[in-house]
Amino acid sequence: MKLSEFFVTGEPLIYAGMVAIVLVTCAIVFLLTYFKRWGWLWREWLTTVDHKKIGIMYILSALAMLFRGGVDALMMRVQLAFPDLNFLNSQHYNEIFTTHGTVMIIFMAMPFLIGLMNIVVPLQIGARDFAFPYVNALSFWSFFFGALLFNISFVIGGSPDAGWTSYTPLAGAALSPGPGQNFYLLGLQLSGIGTLATGINLMVTILKMRAPGMKLFQMPIFTWSTLVTCFIIIFAFPILTVALALMTIDRIFGAQFFTLTGEGMPMLWANLFWMWGHPEVYIVILPAFGIFSEIIATFANKRLFGYKAMVWSMILIAGLSFLVWVHHFFTMGAGAFVNSVFSVSTMLIAVPTGVKIFNWLGTLYKSKIQFTTPMLWSLAFIPSFVIGGVTGVMLGMAAADYQFHNSYFLIAHFHYVLIAGTVFACFAGLEYWYPKMFGHKLNQKLGKLSFWLFVIGFHITFFPQYFLGLDGMPRRLFDTAPEWFTLNFISTIGAFGMGAGFALFVLNIYYSYKTSPREKTGDSWDGRTLEWATPTPIPHYNFATQPTVKELDAFHDMKKRGETTYDESKLKPIHMPNYSGQPFIMMGLLFFSSFALVFEWIILSAVFLVAVLVMMGIHSFDYDDGYHVEVEDIKRTERQLRGLNDEHTGS
Amino acid sequence: MSTQEAKHTPLEYQTTHGQMNILGFWIFLAAEVVLFSTLFATYAVLFGRTADSPLPSELFGAEIVLIMTFLLLTSSFTCGIAIHNMRQGQVKPLIIWMVITLLLGLGFLGFEIYEFMHYTHEGATLQSSAFWSSFYVLAGTHGLHVTLGIGWATLLIIQIVKRGLTPVTSQKVFIISLYWHFLDVIWIFIFTAVYLIGMVV
Amino acid sequence: MSSNKTLITLTLLFSLSIITGCSELRVLEPKGPVGEDQKELIIYSLWFMLGIVVVVFGLFGYMVFKYRDRPGRGNKDYEPEQDGNLKVEIIWTIIPLIIVTLLSIPTVDTLFDLEKPPQSANEEEPLVVYATSADWKWFFSYPEQGIETVNYLHIPTERPIEFRLSSADSMAALWIPALGGQKYNMAGMQTILYLQADEEGVYDGRNSNFNGEGFSLQTFQVHAEEDTAFKEWVNKIKNEKPELTQDQYNELLKPSIIGEMAFSNTHLEWVDHGTMMGSDYSIKRHQNAYEKKLHLKSLDKADAEEEGDADEAQ
Repeated sequence: MKLSEFFVTGEPLIYAGMVAIVLVTCAIVFLLTYFKRWGWLWREWLTTVDHKKIGIMYILSALAMLFRGGVDALMMRVQLAFPDLNFLNSQHYNEIFTTHGTVMIIFMAMPFLIGLMNIVVPLQIGARDFAFPYVNALSFWSFFFGALLFNISFVIGGSPDAGWTSYTPLAGAALSPGPGQNFYLLGLQLSGIGTLATGINLMVTILKMRAPGMKLFQMPIFTWSTLVTCFIIIFAFPILTVALALMTIDRIFGAQFFTLTGEGMPMLWANLFWMWGHPEVYIVILPAFGIFSEIIATFANKRLFGYKAMVWSMILIAGLSFLVWVHHFFTMGAGAFVNSVFSVSTMLIAVPTGVKIFNWLGTLYKSKIQFTTPMLWSLAFIPSFVIGGVTGVMLGMAAADYQFHNSYFLIAHFHYVLIAGTVFACFAGLEYWYPKMFGHKLNQKLGKLSFWLFVIGFHITFFPQYFLGLDGMPRRLFDTAPEWFTLNFISTIGAFGMGAGFALFVLNIYYSYKTSPREKTGDSWDGRTLEWATPTPIPHYNFATQPTVKELDAFHDMKKRGETTYDESKLKPIHMPNYSGQPFIMMGLLFFSSFALVFEWIILSAVFLVAVLVMMGIHSFDYDDGYHVEVEDIKRTERQLRGLNDEHTGS
Repeated sequence: MSTQEAKHTPLEYQTTHGQMNILGFWIFLAAEVVLFSTLFATYAVLFGRTADSPLPSELFGAEIVLIMTFLLLTSSFTCGIAIHNMRQGQVKPLIIWMVITLLLGLGFLGFEIYEFMHYTHEGATLQSSAFWSSFYVLAGTHGLHVTLGIGWATLLIIQIVKRGLTPVTSQKVFIISLYWHFLDVIWIFIFTAVYLIGMVV
Repeated sequence: MSSNKTLITLTLLFSLSIITGCSELRVLEPKGPVGEDQKELIIYSLWFMLGIVVVVFGLFGYMVFKYRDRPGRGNKDYEPEQDGNLKVEIIWTIIPLIIVTLLSIPTVDTLFDLEKPPQSANEEEPLVVYATSADWKWFFSYPEQGIETVNYLHIPTERPIEFRLSSADSMAALWIPALGGQKYNMAGMQTILYLQADEEGVYDGRNSNFNGEGFSLQTFQVHAEEDTAFKEWVNKIKNEKPELTQDQYNELLKPSIIGEMAFSNTHLEWVDHGTMMGSDYSIKRHQNAYEKKLHLKSLDKADAEEEGDADEAQ
């Protein structure tokens, strides 16, 4: 293979991207060397097994991916702003919408939410870490390297260009030769391993490590949403694993699963993909529901309305999510009966979702609403999501879907649910738990400004797209016709509004770091759940003494009774796991193995794979039991954080 | 936990960590069930799509597959005996029965590789048709699991030799026994759904 | 503060519906019975959706405005311990269930109707047209008339058309928004789509399912005309156009953008891509042709053809 085939050539925009990547990398290397931070980076971050730090790394990576996916989106909107603009050619446009979709779902939405789960769930249930901290680190690095693998396709080898759904036969070896599609397959496979492991890890954590006394129906609603999400992950992700593996074997080893030759069956891919893909949608929306529920209850200063109904509706949604996949291709011609069944099951999801919407409204009833930034995001979610939801029901009506399918009506719908649901929740959750993570709040004024820019921009971007769809504009069109100019132009303006909102959000992170007052108590918002019972910054062992839980809204009720979770008389040495560099190295090797496989260098790939197996073997012999934090150390840390100087207080 | 209870609780369940590992592994097995179900479904959908390559009924023979089934079923039984010995704290029989289990597993693998080579020789390869692709990937994924299981169990046997039975080692052995029985169950499905049906149709 | 948001959304909704109200939306201005059925279903559902939106937005605005925390509000109307009410929760579970039922019945009804040819005034048998997609063009074969067109077709008005859809390579979807919804074209299988035009006119049709670089240009025009005009057109093609040879057809199958063509026979004589036998016909012949890039820059087909020719010349 020639070097000119290895690197992507011929696109000025991509050359600019390459230059930017080189410059940023140099800058990072320079800064780390100049401030002598390499050791710190390795000791404190790359080798960490602490769920809080891993969560932060997830969120930082997700923000970077949001930036990348967002730039993709803006480029698409620019191209579509004017007919025949010729900013992107067809091929480049195809690559960009493919990476936009994949990055946003797999490398932005999921890791962002998993990052928040990482930080919050152990704290909410009064645990000191995950059930398997080492596996948690493995999961993160598998996601990180999976994302890296997918993203380097942009400069090396060429991006995938068959859409984020990668329908066969288009995505097969015959119609899409070259490494692009392999990047998609192996990038997703690599990060999928981590997601599955996280699902198992969190499920065991929630089932086994709750604070004494906490029954399942006393768990905070975000923890419940996480548990239900884990259930979906465990039953949906293996399907993706198989689907990706089959297509990889098709492309690299010449099998005939989804091919047009050898009596292969391309439609099988669409089925497998959506049997995972639909549950996947709920993987990114249920945690969002959990976040909104927490925030709305906190800033309405009221108990969550209909807690049990909220939990059961999530369980019901999770169950139904496995029974609706055909609605993604009603137009495949499965017949009226099959379409009827899936049409009804799809619309049924509206029932538990509707119940949730009304329960949030019920929470607001006779409450005292404080309009903080996280609350604004959560409030904006309700009407926006309702628009997305009702148009979703319209799409679920199969006979009408023949007209909506593959059109901008569909695009508008899923952006209405995914942005108003997931993205708003990510911003809301990040602002809400930010003081827990970094010891200070984000500036409210800038936060609100970025909120308004983003939300107004969002509606301006996507509302017109419903009408474009009704006028027959198909999705994935790389250039617009003059008749669709006005609405497309409006839509592009909105997209820049969202871009500005995001830029301001990032700016706010820096501004607040410089100016925000530091948190003194751990309870920044007068919270209701146990994460607010820890001091800020959270000691690495989370809870010095494990609280005993008697009710829902545990911390809220403790505060009313004047109790804290800290009891100096009950201090015992705390067992903590050691940090390890193995997860980083192991996943790094798997990254190289996958990279080699992308270019079909099979022997090299196998060599790296064997290296990974050897490392796993070595780990099996590692009986590292971790270490104990001594009582004296805990006492010192807690006194300092809680501002208790007197020897006698607290006991 | 009182000493009385401790006596009745198996070694592998005595630490919270052990309990969590075992629960985690059960959940992992649930994910594995989904993985194999997807492969079975793929196989069922692509059944009959043989294109120009041989039909399964022309190639599948009862003898070798029966021997393979016998080997794997027996290995599941010997694995059970090994766990029984572990529960009674007998290290030596545990190791002997585990080694027998692995040898039976190796035998199974040997026959499977022979089978595959035979089919390939007859013109039914991974590339020849959708049906054969799905056959090789389904049976091959099971075979790969068995291979990994053998490697993993070998490492555990070394650890038991070095450390004896502790809550940690016994929990590891217990987990691999779960894995081994699981592979046996999957094989029974492959035997019936793939070989028996393939021979008849 | 957040009630502003609702206001803004509502204003936006309103102003946009005015903007778009001026121009016709193809899906909501159908020219045939299939599209009409689907439009009626859409409008029917739209009333429910509007109802839901009005109720939820109303309640939302009310709650957010009335229960906002403001100086001097005190504890009037503040019940922090209230955590549910079984009666209202049952009510707001049952109402959505009723709505879903009311939406399901006409949906299922229409679904079964769409599997049959639409009722036509003169009760004629449907006209059979094989619509075959190939990267990135359309072949329309009329087996009864013995003619074939590329990238355009003529249909008689007030007579159902039975499209038999398939593809020579990648998956496509035949969509004529003005006449009705779409279905997929897939290699190795056949799907059937019934459409009918009741008004004369020229309608835009396209492939709506992304299938690679030339996707955006895989469009065609439908000329709907009275039966006599249609018959005249058929005769003209039959008499004036050349026969399609298999070699020429194979050449046309290559991934490319081409203009309109017509022939006085059909490719069904040697291959039907809608059968398992026909699924690898194109792939086997043009294995390496799919690597080539077209460098498409605009929606202008003529440009794309020139670009293709230039590549050919090199």
